[in-house]
Amino acid sequence: MLTEPLLSGITLGGIYALIAMGLTLQYGVARIMNLSYGESLVAACFAALWLFTAVSVNPLIGLLVIVPLAALINWLIYQVLLMPLVRRAPSRDALEVDSILATFGLLFVAQGLMFAIFGGNYFSYNFLSIPVQIFGATISASRLLALAFAVIIGLALYIGLTRTRAGTAIRAVAVDPVSALLVAIDVRATTAFAYALGGALVAAGGVLVSMFLTFNASLGVVFTMKALIVVIMGGVGNLLGCLVAGMILGLTETFVATYVDPGLTLAATYIIFILVLLLRPQGLFGARRS
Amino acid sequence: MNAPLLSVSGLTRRFGGLVAVDGVTLEVRAGEIVGLLGPNGSGKTTVLNLISGALKADAGSVQLRGRALEKLPAFKIAREGVARTFQLVRVLGSMTCKENVIAGLAFGAKSRWGTEAEQAAHELLVRVGLAARGNVMTSELTYIDQKRLELARALAMQPQLLLLDEWLAGLNPNELRNGIELVRSLRAEGRTILMVEHVMDAIRSLCDRCYVMNAGRKIAEGTPKDVLADPEVIRAYLGDADA
Amino acid sequence: MSIRNSAFSAAMIALIVLLAFVPLVTNGYQLSLAINIMSYMVLATAWTLFSGPTRYVSLATVAFFGIGAYTVAVLGEELSWPLVLAIAFSIGFALSLIVGLSTLRLSGVYFVIFTFGLAELVRQLVTWYEVNVTRTLGRYIFIDVTHAQIYWQLLALAVIVFISGWLIQRSKLGLALRVIGDDEAVARHVGINTTLAKVVLFAFSASFMTLAGAIMAPRWTYIDPAIAFNPVVSFQVLIMALLGGVHRLYGPVFGVIPLVILFEVLLAKFPNHFSIMVGIAFLLIVYAIPRGIVGLVEGMQFSLHKAKGAKA
Repeated sequence: MLTEPLLSGITLGGIYALIAMGLTLQYGVARIMNLSYGESLVAACFAALWLFTAVSVNPLIGLLVIVPLAALINWLIYQVLLMPLVRRAPSRDALEVDSILATFGLLFVAQGLMFAIFGGNYFSYNFLSIPVQIFGATISASRLLALAFAVIIGLALYIGLTRTRAGTAIRAVAVDPVSALLVAIDVRATTAFAYALGGALVAAGGVLVSMFLTFNASLGVVFTMKALIVVIMGGVGNLLGCLVAGMILGLTETFVATYVDPGLTLAATYIIFILVLLLRPQGLFGARRS
Repeated sequence: MNAPLLSVSGLTRRFGGLVAVDGVTLEVRAGEIVGLLGPNGSGKTTVLNLISGALKADAGSVQLRGRALEKLPAFKIAREGVARTFQLVRVLGSMTCKENVIAGLAFGAKSRWGTEAEQAAHELLVRVGLAARGNVMTSELTYIDQKRLELARALAMQPQLLLLDEWLAGLNPNELRNGIELVRSLRAEGRTILMVEHVMDAIRSLCDRCYVMNAGRKIAEGTPKDVLADPEVIRAYLGDADA
Repeated sequence: MSIRNSAFSAAMIALIVLLAFVPLVTNGYQLSLAINIMSYMVLATAWTLFSGPTRYVSLATVAFFGIGAYTVAVLGEELSWPLVLAIAFSIGFALSLIVGLSTLRLSGVYFVIFTFGLAELVRQLVTWYEVNVTRTLGRYIFIDVTHAQIYWQLLALAVIVFISGWLIQRSKLGLALRVIGDDEAVARHVGINTTLAKVVLFAFSASFMTLAGAIMAPRWTYIDPAIAFNPVVSFQVLIMALLGGVHRLYGPVFGVIPLVILFEVLLAKFPNHFSIMVGIAFLLIVYAIPRGIVGLVEGMQFSLHKAKGAKA
């Protein structure tokens, strides 16, 4: 009885964690508070849908096309659109405000484009929606597969950031861009790379989500919101925090949807957010700010 | 023997694993100028931040005339009578000099506003040597003038205790002489000052007593002459001779 | 009071009287445009009232605007009009206090995030309530009010917003906000209760937005959550304020008039690509004129002044 919501809560939470990891890279390293983040996710959903229905490419193969493409697009967005803001900003705070405004504009452009192409209807497609029995609970195979991929991608990211040279450079820039410069890290290239990597992660999340979720062109805002809350709750720049916070959010939503009302999931998200703000604004795993 | 104006006891603050301020105890009596010395990173500015409420202490107490400050938010501490300047000078960039001083006048315990504040602001600008610059934007000021302005803003609050954080740092010899004169004239008015300072000339000529910190701990206290001759202080600044 | 001040006041009063005659000399389409301009004037000025001095970007304009509209939809036919407005004002005030108290003691980012999702949250809550409790998603608004009356109410509200803004600027609260905008650490250390100052101002700003929504509601005969809480409204208000310039209270005026007309044209010509066009217009403003028209003009005056000074 309890296992079913528990299981789907965990799958949802895993995906949320994956999505939030991308945002924590973009915000933690590049200091870009990307309000158009969810639009990248929805765009990836549509891309997966199109590949599946028009050219019958399965979404897991689709990942191989969509993820690098998303990285490239995000890299271009950073270099062309955001770099001028980085250059003109006198301080990190000023960059934060400017990036909020710019990506807010981007949100409406992206949403408008998708709306123009796909309209306001809801979409979904059937991929591996076979019921599977686990621990006496029924769950669709696509959800389980999505969770498995989220775990693999999340682990790869964690290892990449902690065990490789490029990963160390990214973490160094996140902590202190000025000092990073002093130890000969190309801060600009590293930042752009982290931003692109964040875009790649959210696109991966989008493809995985599209396998079991019904989506439309205006769903981006909600995902941005959830990713932001997970990032804040986990502590900016903290991957483990993303995982735990993502799980908390996924489980809460599933339980609220199952036992209270599906229409109140966002309200539940907000209550969690308010609790975090009141009790631990630095995040579950964030250090107190000096 | 009168009770101290400021008494700090067992003040402690950690940043992650680092103990930036470790059980510091100190006193400032009314009318004194007390120096807080120590090598870079020894925790001096953190002590000022803890007194002024910019940071919250993990342990210890701060009392001003017997009133506990350590739990109060910064704005209440300011209203209790603690004013400060900042290590990296912080003037309000979108305002004129006079408005900067009025910002100090308007929100303190004895709030002044309107023509009264205008008048008081002018007097304070005269006091710090910025008489002619009332309507100049702060962005056009030189570094020393920005520091003067910051001092005027702090004085505007009619503080019982003034905290100066390296107020004399970065000045050329001529400016430094003027700066020292200005602080000395504050003492003549009966102001009580706790100052973090590196400039030895200033410490020798201004401070009645000094505390020296190293690695978060208080390592010496006494007159400037005594503490500057203390072997442990010398070791803190210069390192072990045989290391 | 100096002669210059009295002349200024006289000119303002003359302008208000002149604006009051607009419904008598315009046709239906022009009046409708004037109502739009006046409505956005209130919203953008109320937005600037808070976000200008504090530099906290609020993305929740439509949350409050929509709450105002819904208050009228629910209570408009049952209670007297002034009472309905008072209730709308109070709801807006209460909600903004909750938002302000939970976020404004923290750094600005939390406020932005909170306001970013707020309209969506309120929309979903209203939808949930209507579906589960009243069991009808949309509502009809039948209130006997002419377009001219709506215009006059908005004009009166705009005047109130401007006067409030002017009084706040001259008050200690106004100075406190400018200090906060410049340097929040300094603000706390000169004895300003920064959270209280920000929350109070945000609550006023949001309540004015709620009132604007309430006054505008009878213009639609039918509303549902998607109409009342359309996020594009928040976005448009932000653009207008930024285009005009947010460091002066009158700045948004210069953004509202051209953009309401531009959006009107865009909506007529490109109904399906409206959001894209607005997004591009917004990006152009953020990149090309970050300090708005007023900032641009002042900057030119300043450099002119400098050039003259250098020659002399």
